[in-house]
Amino acid sequence: MSRIGVFVCHCGENISRTVDVERVAAEVGKLPGVALATDYKYMCSDPGQGLLKKAIAEQRLSHVVVAACSPRMHERTFRKAVESAGINPFLCEMANIREHCSWVHDNREEATEKAIEIVGMMVERVKRNRALPAITVPVTKRSLIIGGGIAGIQAALDIADAGHEVVLVEREPSIGGHMAQLSETFPTLDCSQCIMTPRMVDVANHPRITLHSYSEVEHVEGYIGNFQVTIRKKARSVDEKKCTGCGVCIEKCPIRKIPNKFDCNLGMRPAIYIPFPQAVPNTPVIDRESCAMFKSGKCGLCKKVCGPGAVDYEQEDRLIVEPVGAIVVATGFDLYDITEKPKGSQIKGYGEFGHGRIPDVIDGMTFERLASASGPTGGRILRPSDGREPKQIVFIQCVGSRAREKGISYCSKVCCMYTAKQTMLYHHKVHDGQAYVFFMDARTPGKSYDEFWRRSIEEEEAVYIRGMVSRLYQKGDKIVVMGSDIAVGVQVEIEADMVVLATAVQPRSGADILAQKLGISYDKYHFYSEAHAKLRPVECATAGIYLAGACQGPKDIPDTVSQASAAAAKVMTLFAREKLEREPIVARVREAGCVGCFYCRKVCAYGAIEEKEIRDRQGNLIKVVAYVNPGVCGGCGTCQATCPSKSVELDGYTDEQIVAMIEAL
Amino acid sequence: MSTPGTKHDFEPKIIAFVCTWCTYAGADLAGTSRMQYPANVRLLKFPCTGRIDPIFILKAFQQGADGVLVSGCHPGDCHYIAGNFHARRRFAAFRKLLEFVGVDLNRLQFSWVSAAEGGKWVEVVTELTERVRCMGPMLEFKELALEEQWSGKLDSLELQEAYNQIQV
Ligand SMILES: Cc1cc2nc3c(=O)[nH]c(=O)nc-3n(C[C@H](O)[C@H](O)[C@H](O)COP(=O)(O)OP(=O)(O)OC[C@H]3O[C@@H](n4cnc5c(N)ncnc54)[C@H](O)[C@@H]3O)c2cc1C
Ligand code: SF4
Ligand code: SF4
Repeated sequence: MSRIGVFVCHCGENISRTVDVERVAAEVGKLPGVALATDYKYMCSDPGQGLLKKAIAEQRLSHVVVAACSPRMHERTFRKAVESAGINPFLCEMANIREHCSWVHDNREEATEKAIEIVGMMVERVKRNRALPAITVPVTKRSLIIGGGIAGIQAALDIADAGHEVVLVEREPSIGGHMAQLSETFPTLDCSQCIMTPRMVDVANHPRITLHSYSEVEHVEGYIGNFQVTIRKKARSVDEKKCTGCGVCIEKCPIRKIPNKFDCNLGMRPAIYIPFPQAVPNTPVIDRESCAMFKSGKCGLCKKVCGPGAVDYEQEDRLIVEPVGAIVVATGFDLYDITEKPKGSQIKGYGEFGHGRIPDVIDGMTFERLASASGPTGGRILRPSDGREPKQIVFIQCVGSRAREKGISYCSKVCCMYTAKQTMLYHHKVHDGQAYVFFMDARTPGKSYDEFWRRSIEEEEAVYIRGMVSRLYQKGDKIVVMGSDIAVGVQVEIEADMVVLATAVQPRSGADILAQKLGISYDKYHFYSEAHAKLRPVECATAGIYLAGACQGPKDIPDTVSQASAAAAKVMTLFAREKLEREPIVARVREAGCVGCFYCRKVCAYGAIEEKEIRDRQGNLIKVVAYVNPGVCGGCGTCQATCPSKSVELDGYTDEQIVAMIEAL
Repeated sequence: MSTPGTKHDFEPKIIAFVCTWCTYAGADLAGTSRMQYPANVRLLKFPCTGRIDPIFILKAFQQGADGVLVSGCHPGDCHYIAGNFHARRRFAAFRKLLEFVGVDLNRLQFSWVSAAEGGKWVEVVTELTERVRCMGPMLEFKELALEEQWSGKLDSLELQEAYNQIQV
């Protein structure tokens, strides 16, 4: 027979003002199994908890119900208190008579009646609670980082410097991401390459970082502290161990006219290539779709000229499994592209800007490549169409961003600042040129940001026009920009030599596919969601997975790096422990009843349901039943509501408990 | 709309099955914001709407509930990834069944109330309470239990016919 103790809290007057707490205690005291029912002014205070502990000892209580505020407020407090008095914490429940009763009803009679029923229900429930042992799981102190942009690089270096192993997976042949493509960076105009490449080299040389470039995450299993990640290393056709990075193959390749993606297709590269001179690793990769050897079997030049014999046409994709305890997702962003979109896409293109068919209408990243000293023009701003220097240049902000009708309503955050930067770079390089900027607002909240923006106008002579551009079209070798200046209220028409569009920052295409592999959530645009916008901004709701950089939302480099270091700090906090304790509310299978239909497996979003063979003493197979891996189970109970034979039960929420609670009403 | 606290002739009993992450927290928020709503509702907390077995709804009606509310996280916001999608499917089918056995579906409400929607919680509960109050007590299940199970009477033509067929 249980000996339940019920403690009804006044919460000062918060509860007792509308609920007759003494009557609640008196009524509940009559319920079978209740050994003690009492009330007290402040249960959560030190003396309140003391009273609870004393009563447990003196009255030999077996279960406790504290009728007070929401369990979301104080369940931990009271479970800790009963634990210190020798009762399993899961034998203590709270009845919420404040948030759900005294605060929302003012009729004393009704509120008291309701409170009695709420407490009675919890008495029936706690009676049927099982003492649950704490579940501990070991922590694998290695971490996986997905994406080798500045976010992934920063997180990798921080974690590795703290003494833990890091596995960095990058989809492209080289790490670096977008920052490697930038020319100079706001708000200080440091050369991006100069600050970026040393970090990339640090990654390559770090004894605790394993870099898998040209690789992707294929499959993820497990849970916080214990993930098993399968990585697909795509065939590079060059053996990374043998290659010395001499580059002879690249010189000799006869197929040379392939647009270079890294240079936004402005320059050309051969079929065997490294994306840019400072690439890490600097092992070339064969683009099999363009390579003559793969297309027709005729060539083989690179293999012939390679001294160390690193070129390997037979190389295949390899799958490797890495055990890790934490995952940082840092897959960055893509840019909105204005070309015509397939039917049904939520994002629309820009027909009014020529759908990307006017050659001298480029996007911001292409401008970065033009302005970069190591870019295809050696840092000269030249028109892609005829190589002439543009004397009139128009920048258009908010292309795609803050444009609900185009499918995106958020602000991309970096465009105001990089457009200001680009007008400056332009003015530095084309002294007799004029830059115009069409903008809606200038959003410059950042340290030294507004000063930087003002400089572009006051010192670098950019002309800012507040208004939108309605149309762009080619006229001879000019581009006519038709817009409005809403400050003055007139239509403007500019004949420009080049137009630069500040296109919206978007999540990577395929971000949703990766999210599904990882079991993390994303918003309607496919930016990954943090667990709490303010208080847990770098954690995912899925334990053990963290976010860094633009994959979570548009960000500039300072914000990206801060978030990456924060994510690294979270990983290190996790790795500071040998074992993890987790809430032991998990499902369990009653093997006798289980018929092995595995409907539960179909609905379990955590992949917690495994197969277990039941054998007789001779070792003959009797049946295969479901088994819930307690380390993986999230504790939702969906399996239980689904199981046709009622053979799986979630601790603390058994059918028996719930029916008893309903019956108590 | 009634003013909370006024007594009526009939006070319906409403049982709400809610998930702990969204709707329970939403109801907490209604409390911390000191909003007011009818005292007829009793909450049962579940980890996830995915855990809610339709049997519980039947049990609640059988136990004297006049209205039942099931509420959880908005689609896509499930704390357990997808539990509420399973719940949605399950209850869509279950509603059909309930309708078939003759329960007025106005007594059974499904809603999504997030942790931030204290106001929506108040609206949903108030509306359901008022609606069920107008409908009067739920007698179907109780009458069923009393008359058909225990009386053994075959007072309708259909029942008599069905009975005769068993005889053959
Ligand atoms: C035109 C332009 C100019 C800018 N100028 C500035 C500036 O002057 N100053 C400033 O502070 N900021 C600037 N920014 C912003 C800056 O580019 C970003 O803040 C920064 O690049 C974000 O870094 P990231 O690592 O989050 O993402 P990214 O740089 O996009 O890196 C992500 C990496 O992840 C890899 N990846 C993606 N998906 C996968 C996958 N599934 N598996 C494995 N790897 C994957 C990618 O290949 C890439 O290497 C500019 C942005 C633009 C568009
Ligand atoms: S236990 Fe809850 S209700 Fe009681 S005093 Fe503390 S906060 Fe208030
Ligand atoms: S309770 Fe949820 S997470 Fe656990 S096994 Fe069942 S369905 Fe999977």
